[in-house]
Amino acid sequence: MAVAIVLVLVVITALAFDFTNGFHDTGNAMATSIATGALPPKVAVALSGVLNLVGAFLSLSVAATIASGLVDTKLVTLTVVFAGLIGGIVWNLMTWFLGIPSSSSHALIGGVVGATIAAAGFGGVQWQNLVSKVIIPAGLSPIIAGIVATVGTYLIYRISRGVAAGVRDRGFRIGQIGSASMVSLAHGTNDAQKTMGIITLALITSGALPAGSKAPFWVVLTCALAISLGTYLGGWRVIRTLGKGLVEIESPQGMAAESSSAAVILLSSSFGYSLSTTHVATGSILGTGIGKKGAEVRWGVAGRMATAWLFTLPAAAIVGAVSFFIANFIGGTAGVIVMFLVLIAIALLIYLRSRKTAVHAGNVNEEWTGGVAPPQRETASSTSA
Amino acid sequence: MNSWINLSAVGLILGLGLVFGAGLPALFAVGLRVLSTSAPTSEGPASDGASAIGPRAVGPARMAVAVICFAIVVVAIAAGIYLIVRQS
Repeated sequence: MAVAIVLVLVVITALAFDFTNGFHDTGNAMATSIATGALPPKVAVALSGVLNLVGAFLSLSVAATIASGLVDTKLVTLTVVFAGLIGGIVWNLMTWFLGIPSSSSHALIGGVVGATIAAAGFGGVQWQNLVSKVIIPAGLSPIIAGIVATVGTYLIYRISRGVAAGVRDRGFRIGQIGSASMVSLAHGTNDAQKTMGIITLALITSGALPAGSKAPFWVVLTCALAISLGTYLGGWRVIRTLGKGLVEIESPQGMAAESSSAAVILLSSSFGYSLSTTHVATGSILGTGIGKKGAEVRWGVAGRMATAWLFTLPAAAIVGAVSFFIANFIGGTAGVIVMFLVLIAIALLIYLRSRKTAVHAGNVNEEWTGGVAPPQRETASSTSA
Repeated sequence: MNSWINLSAVGLILGLGLVFGAGLPALFAVGLRVLSTSAPTSEGPASDGASAIGPRAVGPARMAVAVICFAIVVVAIAAGIYLIVRQS
């Protein structure tokens, strides 16, 4: 009975993570289409949501777990998974509140690594794999995506110089929507799988499924729904930063950015590297700013993001570790329940705080003035720039 | 250091990334350019609607080039979807 309660809470928490994963990453695919007006904001998030749903069902063989190869899976208990998820969710919510696109995958990995360290010490982590499979690809991927997008943008503007403005805009909007759809599809496949893997891992750990099982259908279904619902909700704060904050984007640039993102994500995952969609998308958008003559790139915003990326793994790890310590200190089912309530309280607090500077479909494209939220109500952080 | 960074994979991803990620949109742009009949003269008003890129104003050779460009892009997208479906 006690195990059943813990298992149910872990599954719910995993789906909650999947949900935050969805709305945190909507902008990766759709921010550029929204910013250029290729799609109305609501239509864009709906399209992305549907494509994430489809994407989640597309790939049939679900990877067993995100943690394999990074931590010693023999040490992973339900409480470790649970604490790791809390680390991921809390970091996702905080960066969403600040409007910073940061990697949901890194948040999850960080949380699980932190919880493992708390449970079994530093020896439980496979550090070289962590560096070579997670940290180095994370450093390289935005640069590669940025180069591709820079070249793409340069070529597109070069080639289409003589094309009448009307034709050009209409054409590139179609291209933009198509390429953004590819990113959404790839996102659904990659990211929903991570949660499917986590839930399957939890089911196996608790003995509900035999070792080596594939994800049962209800897991695939609930994960697909959670990520697409999250996507449909739209992380407007992150969308705004990516679409308006980093670079002022026109539709040819949007198409270049999304094509670059789709190509880099698909290529590298077929080579066995699971990259963060966020890192790739951000690098691409920066690249289109560099590739277009006279475009303004806000390096300050980019720097803020890069800083947040550096902190993602350790910060999520700390939250994961602390969650594990508290849950473990209280012990057993009670510990997990207490941490679950704490998580709800934190999420509610961040949500309520975000209402004061709400960003939504109606104001997501307002002129960028330095802060995440448009200046309908001045906050301390907003400076005119 | 080679166990930390797989340089050949990085080079391959960058190279193929340039071909697909930058080459395809460039090809798309070529298609648009060919369709928009010799730029300055065809700058129709915005109200021109879809007919601005319609076959009426475009010769068969240009049309063929445009169709080939867009076809390659569509095939590449299909290949991309296949990659998504196939990968684990």
